[in-house]
Amino acid sequence: MSEEENYYLELCERPVHFEKANPVNCVFFDEANKQVFAVRSGGATGVVVKGPEDRNPISFRMEDKGEVKCIKFSLGNKILAVQRTSKTVVLPEKRSLKLLKSQNINVNWYMYCPESSVILLSTTVLGNVLQPFYFRAGTMSKLSKFEIELPAAPKSTKLSLSERDIAMATIYGQLHVLFLRHHSRTSNSTGAEVVLYHLPREGVCKKTHILKLNRTGKFALNVVDNLVVVHHQDTETSVIFDIKLRGEFDGTITLHHPVLPARSIQPYQIPMAGPASVTSQSPVPCKLYSSSWIVFQPDIIISASQGYLWTLQVKLQPVVNLLLDKGRLMDFLLQRKDCKMVILSVCSQMLSESDRGTLPVIATVFDKLNHEYKKYLEAEQSYTMVVETGQSRSNPPLKRPVRSQAVIDQSDMYTHVLSVFTEKKEMPHKFVIAVLMEYIRSLNQFQIPVQHYLHELVIKTLVQHNLFYTLHQFLQYHVLSDSKPLACLLLSLESIYPPAHQLSLDMLKRLSTANDEIVEVLLSKHQVLAALRFIRGIGGHDNISARKFLDAAKQTEDNMLFYTIFRFFEQRNQRLRGSPNFTPGEHCDEHVAFFKQVFGDQALMKPTTF
Amino acid sequence: EEKKILFYHPNEVEKNEKIRNVGLCEAIVQFTRTFSPSKPAKSLHTQKNRQFFNEPEENFWMVMVVRNPMIEKHSKDGKPIVEYQEEELLDKVYSSVLQQCYSMYKLFNGTFLKAMEDGGVKVLKERLEKFFHRYLQTLHLQSCDLLDIFGGISFFPLDKMTYLKIQSFINKMEESLNIVKYTAFLYNDQLIWSGLEQDDMRILYKYLTTSLFPRHIEPELAGRDSPIRAEMPGNLQHYGRFLTGPLNLNDPEAKCRFPKIFVNTDDTYEELHLIVYKAMSAAVCFMIDASMQPSLDFCRRLDSIVGPQLTVLASDICEQYNINKRISGSEKEPQFKFIYFNHMNLAEKSTIHMRKTPSISLTSVHPDLMKILGDINSDFTRMDEDEEIIVKAMSDYWVVGKKSDQRELYVILNQKNANLIEVNEEVKKLCATQFNNIFFLD
Repeated sequence: MSEEENYYLELCERPVHFEKANPVNCVFFDEANKQVFAVRSGGATGVVVKGPEDRNPISFRMEDKGEVKCIKFSLGNKILAVQRTSKTVVLPEKRSLKLLKSQNINVNWYMYCPESSVILLSTTVLGNVLQPFYFRAGTMSKLSKFEIELPAAPKSTKLSLSERDIAMATIYGQLHVLFLRHHSRTSNSTGAEVVLYHLPREGVCKKTHILKLNRTGKFALNVVDNLVVVHHQDTETSVIFDIKLRGEFDGTITLHHPVLPARSIQPYQIPMAGPASVTSQSPVPCKLYSSSWIVFQPDIIISASQGYLWTLQVKLQPVVNLLLDKGRLMDFLLQRKDCKMVILSVCSQMLSESDRGTLPVIATVFDKLNHEYKKYLEAEQSYTMVVETGQSRSNPPLKRPVRSQAVIDQSDMYTHVLSVFTEKKEMPHKFVIAVLMEYIRSLNQFQIPVQHYLHELVIKTLVQHNLFYTLHQFLQYHVLSDSKPLACLLLSLESIYPPAHQLSLDMLKRLSTANDEIVEVLLSKHQVLAALRFIRGIGGHDNISARKFLDAAKQTEDNMLFYTIFRFFEQRNQRLRGSPNFTPGEHCDEHVAFFKQVFGDQALMKPTTF
Repeated sequence: EEKKILFYHPNEVEKNEKIRNVGLCEAIVQFTRTFSPSKPAKSLHTQKNRQFFNEPEENFWMVMVVRNPMIEKHSKDGKPIVEYQEEELLDKVYSSVLQQCYSMYKLFNGTFLKAMEDGGVKVLKERLEKFFHRYLQTLHLQSCDLLDIFGGISFFPLDKMTYLKIQSFINKMEESLNIVKYTAFLYNDQLIWSGLEQDDMRILYKYLTTSLFPRHIEPELAGRDSPIRAEMPGNLQHYGRFLTGPLNLNDPEAKCRFPKIFVNTDDTYEELHLIVYKAMSAAVCFMIDASMQPSLDFCRRLDSIVGPQLTVLASDICEQYNINKRISGSEKEPQFKFIYFNHMNLAEKSTIHMRKTPSISLTSVHPDLMKILGDINSDFTRMDEDEEIIVKAMSDYWVVGKKSDQRELYVILNQKNANLIEVNEEVKKLCATQFNNIFFLD
């Protein structure tokens, strides 16, 4: 395993670079807009504002009216607000603020989560009763307050819950309050832990998950791609937790351990590029987990001393080699944003000669993929149903289901995994067939209709290894679903495996939309009478072409058969048109001539006249 | 001349008579060969007997003599006269039985030629003696009929999902017991999956359903708490047990001897151990290369892996089967009985035969009707074309035979005063309900 493959966390390639913090340059970060403000000399020599998505930084000057405590833009960069003393906020232009609502609470500290528009206020003497408010469309609603359980009953009555140990983040679409509970010597806990409180818009906040860190010291939290990342400064490593993975559930709370062993963030080289640097210096390794790092939710790491803002990212490929339980690996990958190619590569890998998975493992992986696939198909189906029946104006309006990367459908599997896999000569054919059947089994288990190209792949593989009896048995139990393409494929196998003819005819019969094909097959076998009896049996004999049957009958060189067929059509003519004669449009002149030649004019049927 | 005789039953027959009889057979075959070099005589009809000839391997001949049925009549003067019924026996039935004898021998002993190569005539004679001495006693020639001609396989009807689960089970077992070469799976004495080729499976199926399974039926019926059951290896986890091989896995002295079978004798000539393992109504045959000697440890491992999963699977199959039966509705006892056979996959279905037992196959119709079925079959064999034969038998019975492509269907109807058209309609109806998913010309 190369070094690269060991790190599953990395800093983004293009950080936001700003002037490092120093006595004349103050740096501020606004979580709502994710903007960094570099305020030089109180703003007199310039303010530079940069965000991760902004190509062009905003720069302006303002009067130096003393130390800036906080500086922010409103959403859309329309209004700038500057706080210079603890009680006043200055808006450089003349604007008025309107008091919308007021609440009287003694507050120790507050925390605002822009993503969810929820503010959390720390109340009571200990500070551990949190009062959330939710802002929406100019209104503020009070959510039910909740208490954070402190590690040990504090002896003193001083503030015991610091805002440093609290974070808010949306995980799997749900707002959670994360509490970093430090290791306490009095309790028997083996280390610090992160306690997750689920904070719903309605209802009570509940403690739902505990993430066991098994270590002590200084920690910082991030949330990336719905994973909780816990950085540990002492060891300069991080661990990740996925609350959707199975943990130890005691009835109310689920206990989680890190998904993977602790690893450092991938070493990062500070690029020395830029128009200013004329000397092409080699990149400098960046000090990771530095004490000057400040971490913001959900995924931001800022190094004020170096002047960088990064977003943290998860690398999925290294996870593949670190998480050996393939079922758990799939559970993990299926919840990630950019998982598709990694999942497909895991599938290919477990079917490779060197890294072959056992069938039960392969079955588990297929089942997990198809479970996700089925969920999407169902959502899609119910959406179409609603649209078709015109209920789309229902409340709330139904959104078209989004196809996430975790939806790995049959064509993905076919193109990226199975067709390549079946081509491999060194694979034992038993294993190849077992895998294909396992995939088909899994699709069937989730009631997903199997596409015919998968069936064709099975047939191709069986034929390649002369396993015709196996093929026969599969068809006998309708494992390979009926379809015209499949029936035609079988028909083409007749020369190497004669029973394929019967199998093909049976299939065409069951399709019940392939009657023309059945007639063609029978005629090609010179079974003219059988073809005629078949078409009569299904009541289609009034619409068939007389010429086609007479041609086939003539080819058999069986005059009695020709007579029978000819007579049948004469009778049909009589019945339909009142005359046994053929119409010119039927192009049967040569057959009439042949009939006369063999049986004589008098053998022709006489028109019944009244 | 005596050296030509490899096996003769009954052995008590005087040597000269043996030689005379064998000589006669040889003469007949040689004589008829002059008329038809590629197809010498298959049977000889005489007043008392019928003789059947079969050359399963080059220069090896098997001959079976069957006595015609006799009835004792009293002549006018009161003396009993024995009358032989020369036309009662059907050639095809007994020549099939003779062929089956060979196939069964070959399954357990390999070819005659192989025995000769292994140890000359002496070994071949020993093997023949050992095998046929027992096997001939199990032949019940009186009750042989159409089904013996077909030598078919009854397949267990199953929905796709359950079938796929069984596939998955077999593949996983073959993977974890990595020495397994072929697997076969049966439920209720009906086949669901065969890893063996068709011809080998045909004879193995015959062995399993007419010999091995019936021998083990008693302990199963006895139930879990009966004394017979108690003697079997006690296992509370699952219902799995070996039908061949060790009886009690807890006995350290248990013998792990499995019957040997020979398959693919035409090309690869493989010798295998036959392990038959059963849980409730589900039986699975694992065949492993004879060069590997399965140890007691292997058997224990097999038991611990296969036992629990097979038990679950067996109850799944049972459950699904009952659901499917309920969906298709409680079928009323139809007015007709039928036999269906498909030459392509050897699938056979009979509502005439009640059940197979080691002794006799019980049929629910009169032997006369069975004979008509055999006659119709002989007619079909002579013709390549698809055809249909309708026979009005005595006592209000109608017998209908249909041949379509490689399929044959025989129906016996008991309808008083029915005419030909009505009978034809009835058969059409039967095809529509029982065989609607296959292409069956009417």
